[in-house]
Amino acid sequence: MTPQHAQELIKDALIQVAPDADLTALPLDADFRDILELDSLDFLNYVQTLSEASGYRIEEDDYPAFTTVAGGASFLAAHAGVG
Amino acid sequence: MTGERWEFLMPSLGADMESGTVAEWLVKPGDRIRKGDCIAVIDTDKALIEAESFHTGVVEALLAGIGERLPVGTPLAVITGAAPAAELRPPTRGSPPVSPGEKTGMERRRREPSPAGGEHGPSWPHAPSPVTSPLVRHLAERHGMDAAAMHGTGPGGRVTRADVEGIEIPAKVKASPLARRLALELGVDLTGVHGTGRTGAVRADDVREAAARGSGTGPRAGTEQAVPGRAASAAGARTVGKPDLGRRQGLMRQAIARAMSRSNQEIPHYHLSTTVDMDTALAWLRERNRDLPVARRVLPAALLLMATARAAVEVPQLNGFWLDDAFVPGDAVHLGVAISLKGGGLIAPALHDAAGRDLGDLMAALKDLVARSRTGRLRGAEMTEATITVTNLGDQGVEEVHGVIHPPQVALVGFGKILERPWAVGGLLGVRPLVTVTLAADHRATDGYVGGRFLNAVDRLLSHPEEL
Repeated sequence: MTPQHAQELIKDALIQVAPDADLTALPLDADFRDILELDSLDFLNYVQTLSEASGYRIEEDDYPAFTTVAGGASFLAAHAGVG
Repeated sequence: MTGERWEFLMPSLGADMESGTVAEWLVKPGDRIRKGDCIAVIDTDKALIEAESFHTGVVEALLAGIGERLPVGTPLAVITGAAPAAELRPPTRGSPPVSPGEKTGMERRRREPSPAGGEHGPSWPHAPSPVTSPLVRHLAERHGMDAAAMHGTGPGGRVTRADVEGIEIPAKVKASPLARRLALELGVDLTGVHGTGRTGAVRADDVREAAARGSGTGPRAGTEQAVPGRAASAAGARTVGKPDLGRRQGLMRQAIARAMSRSNQEIPHYHLSTTVDMDTALAWLRERNRDLPVARRVLPAALLLMATARAAVEVPQLNGFWLDDAFVPGDAVHLGVAISLKGGGLIAPALHDAAGRDLGDLMAALKDLVARSRTGRLRGAEMTEATITVTNLGDQGVEEVHGVIHPPQVALVGFGKILERPWAVGGLLGVRPLVTVTLAADHRATDGYVGGRFLNAVDRLLSHPEEL
């Protein structure tokens, strides 16, 4: 998976849990949980959506990488299959 | 038979509610309704709540118009019918959840002519209950089907119109609160808006787009969902959207202010706190989640709720209500869960019979409750039945919460963030994940000794998560 594709999947998943957020203004390397005011349930929904979309099961141990758009994109690019 | 008439009143959906607005009628004159049926959607300033009928009968007239702000207790509809005196009582807190076998179509039909034994409690979402709106039931009857026996695809297993007709009708549109408010303001019919959010939920942007295109506005063929008197021109309405949102947030603030002021004036609070080592619990949860599909992962928050519910069973003096200068124990632990709403504000609906569930079930119910609080609808019973409330500000990074009790409840349990801290275990200093649990309790109902027992129970339960 390319980082670009992974980033699209991440933004799609984020818009699912924060429907009214403006993602164009979201810094790629900031913890979006603070910016989008996501709680742990929102984050779980995000991980669930992203796992389904990418076909890669995101483990709880991987969570720290997925708290920023850039971190999640490079993690998926390195670990997820072509998709 | 006896020609009895009842008025369906604007319900009080929580201590902080003084007035409400009918956002939608789910019945029309001539509809037959059963006790427990949802007959109207009430906008309480905090949320859209489906209000249930306390009576079985026929809707004679709808008295309140959509969008009219009316005080609690105002007659909204007239229901006529022949129900025995037992039906006149408001639902008792003691009614047990209806068992699935009790709700078969045969049972329901037999009950109708002689409803003497029909003491239906409110139905709860946790056993997927075949609750249907009268509209859907009529449709089903017309199609020769029994809605009560059908598998519903709606929220909580509800049978929707689409289930009956086998076609896509968005009977209950999912939408974010912001989107709902915008839709009301812009005169946009949500049923006609294409949602791009999670599971097709309508987002604020979708509403704006629909308003700009002019699609989705006005009555849609085949539906009667359009709000009368709201055919505001989209162009003019767009500018009034913002101030109205501000006004609505003001109303939510006022509602919270009333309840909390009342709490502080009436309830002599006492506050206790303890620190719980979460090491065992988190390790256990991590192992458990590793073997489960992502969708069934359980959050530490659910474990904290479960420990609270079980502790409330052990210390029942904290689970219930202070009414007329006396403590009335709850019939089960209906755990109020404080949920922050994305547009600001707070709501604390009840997770019914939390202590009677297993952990996976509790987690699923929590997800459902949060999702419905934020983008869907809650039921009237969920707004009034909580026997003890939990507030968890861990996600906000707060270390401890000194809560304010939601009257008429007598206790509020607070959890802060789970933090790694130095902690002595077996005579050695180590770093452990710790959480501060606080209890705010009503001194009229209990003393600190009881509160202490409760916190000790929470601590012990969290040390043995496998038993939760």
